[in-house]
Amino acid sequence: MSQEIHDHHHAHEPDCGCGCHGDQPNPFEELSPVLDRYADIPGSLITILQKAQELYGFLSVELMRYIALETHTAIAKVYGVATFYTQFRFKPVGKYLIMLCQGTACHVNGSKQVEEAVMDYLDITEGETTPDGLFTLNNVACLGCCSLSPVMMINDDTYGQLTRDKVTHILAELKEKAGQDPMDSEISAQEVNA
Amino acid sequence: MKVIIGSGSCGIAAGAHKVQTAFEAIIAEKGLALSVEQTGCIGTCYLEPIVDVVDDAGNKVTFVNVTTDDARRIIDDYVIAQQELADLRISQDDLTMIGKQQRIVLRNSGIIDPEQIDDYLAVDGYAAARKCLTEMTPEAIIETVKIAGLKGRGGAGFPTWFKWDAAKKSPGTTKYMVCNADEGDPGAFMDRSVLESDPHALIEGMLIGARAIGANEGIVYVRAEYPLAIVRLQKAIDQAREKGYLGNDIFGTGFAFDLRIKAGAGAFVCGEETALIASLEGERGMPRLKPPFPAQKGYWNKPTNINNVETFANVPWIFRNGGAAYAALGTKESKGTKVFALTGKVKKGGLVEIPMGLTLKDVIFDIGGGIKQDKAFKAVQMGGPSGGCIPASLLDTQIDYAEITKTGAIMGSGGMVVMDETTCMVDMARFFLDFTCKESCGKCTYCRVGTTRMLEILNRITQGEGRDGDIELLEELCYKIKDGSLCGLGQTAPNPVLTTIKYFRNEYEDHIYHHKCTARSCKPLLTYTIDKDKCVGCGACKKNCPVAAITGEKKLVHEINQDICIKCGKCFTVCKFDSVIID
Repeated sequence: MSQEIHDHHHAHEPDCGCGCHGDQPNPFEELSPVLDRYADIPGSLITILQKAQELYGFLSVELMRYIALETHTAIAKVYGVATFYTQFRFKPVGKYLIMLCQGTACHVNGSKQVEEAVMDYLDITEGETTPDGLFTLNNVACLGCCSLSPVMMINDDTYGQLTRDKVTHILAELKEKAGQDPMDSEISAQEVNA
Repeated sequence: MKVIIGSGSCGIAAGAHKVQTAFEAIIAEKGLALSVEQTGCIGTCYLEPIVDVVDDAGNKVTFVNVTTDDARRIIDDYVIAQQELADLRISQDDLTMIGKQQRIVLRNSGIIDPEQIDDYLAVDGYAAARKCLTEMTPEAIIETVKIAGLKGRGGAGFPTWFKWDAAKKSPGTTKYMVCNADEGDPGAFMDRSVLESDPHALIEGMLIGARAIGANEGIVYVRAEYPLAIVRLQKAIDQAREKGYLGNDIFGTGFAFDLRIKAGAGAFVCGEETALIASLEGERGMPRLKPPFPAQKGYWNKPTNINNVETFANVPWIFRNGGAAYAALGTKESKGTKVFALTGKVKKGGLVEIPMGLTLKDVIFDIGGGIKQDKAFKAVQMGGPSGGCIPASLLDTQIDYAEITKTGAIMGSGGMVVMDETTCMVDMARFFLDFTCKESCGKCTYCRVGTTRMLEILNRITQGEGRDGDIELLEELCYKIKDGSLCGLGQTAPNPVLTTIKYFRNEYEDHIYHHKCTARSCKPLLTYTIDKDKCVGCGACKKNCPVAAITGEKKLVHEINQDICIKCGKCFTVCKFDSVIID
């Protein structure tokens, strides 16, 4: 195994425990620039986890083990920090991540009905992903758009003043958009639900 | 002439980007000499997207709820044909809502372009920092803040000068200035708006504070749910650095201060100072015992001062206008202004900034325009999960830290969620307990297990399975959790339950003893029936019932089978003859 393939802060061994098997290219090569920048700065674990999630969509056990190894941190600590914060996910998410606001203003203005509409339309509950790998539903604490309540975010877009009909319409539109562009939905159902 | 589009998160959610694209396309198509610019949030979020058209003489006309079709009308009819276009203009009533406010923190919000430092400089930006660094001693800076009477706007209301003074006097050469922008209180968005609309005000406030305590490094801890705020603040930091307002030798004084952003990862408890510091250090955000206070041992055990966004945003104004001018506003104990996020069942929701001392009624009815659909006001929730519900009988309460605390709620960071007769107060208590239970870090047993037990009881009550003695049990748990918790989260978590029991005990009793939810909000306690006199037998309910609980022949009275009914409410929604009764 050549050093260049995935030597970061240490050379990988057949039993190094990072999931590389010692003879394969580093599966987390894209994370190298992040580790180069942050691994030696104390207190950067959350930042590294955030960047890792941005790159890979979620934090797999292998990924967390790799980060632990590279930052010389106990895997238990990496896992402990990751599970403390709601931002971190441990399962793959769909192409569209629906973040349904459960803030006070949204609650008072009917976020329950909005949640029901999403669940009815997609036939999933909180935390689940649709079998086609398109949508994941997550409830989140306040998104800070209270005057437009009830609100949801889908990826980076915010939708306000939602009603049952509006929600169904938005989801149908996204579904149609994804259907037109099959190359876009790379994640297969098996991968998502694995 | 220019077109300015309100592009805070609220504006964008309402379609500001689409409107901007439409304007740009029309202007290009017609070859007009009009620039399209953006600004932050003016606070009247219910009117978004908001578009200002400013002529070369600086006269501004505001158009509200603008759609992409309206963009064409504004260009064709207003800009080119010079017609009034009265139907799109902001109404006198809405202008009054803004006019009744006193804007210090929001002085530039919705007026300047947050992404252009020159806009901030044009309104005297960084003049206060220049004065503080070049003309004032750290002692004099702290004294001015003391005269102003500024208190921490994050919730606890601790005097800002005292914290600065403690951090300044703390021995050591390495000190940190931290801004808490982890606005986790559901129903509050003041800090997001300041970050998105006027980020330089925060930077300038932090720079002044850093000079006072002798910190050369600053960190803004922003919650990850605010992506736009992070982008705008980062741009502002870069611009300030370029102009020399951050970095080494600021204003030629030899003083160095630099600022960076740390994105939070979603944990309400990180609003607590010691938990925030743990999170900054890359740990689980769990609070620790105080003392030592952060002013003695904070970030990496160095003296650290933490203030919230709104507190810092007040600071430049205080130095431009004097501490006495700030102290002239407000009440004896609570000086200056406070920004509130007015939301819920209020007609005109948005951000309002008012001098302390106005009453709740002034804010909700005079500025907020009263209750949506003119329903009956029931309560206003202040202080989020740490606060409580204030009933109609106390609407004349003055907005003042001590006065609000007397009601059992707290001033908090500024969430003001208005509730009407359709909001169930037991459900509200359950909602907040659900939140604190999830957000408890788990360190203290009473907070971890106690909130879970309380949530279970409240769940039971709202599901119609309340028992005799539940109210007393809740109260007992409340006091024990308050006593047995280390940090503010646990100590205040019972407040939503205590205040609702205090002011709305009858609703708890109705749920427990009469299996009734008078607000008609707790579904398991409702029964849906069809009014025999009103039903015309149209069949709409039968067709829409998802569980086929409704029977009846065409043109004859229909009936709901209570054993099958899942109380989804669809029949009520679809009935055009008001014949479905909820009881």
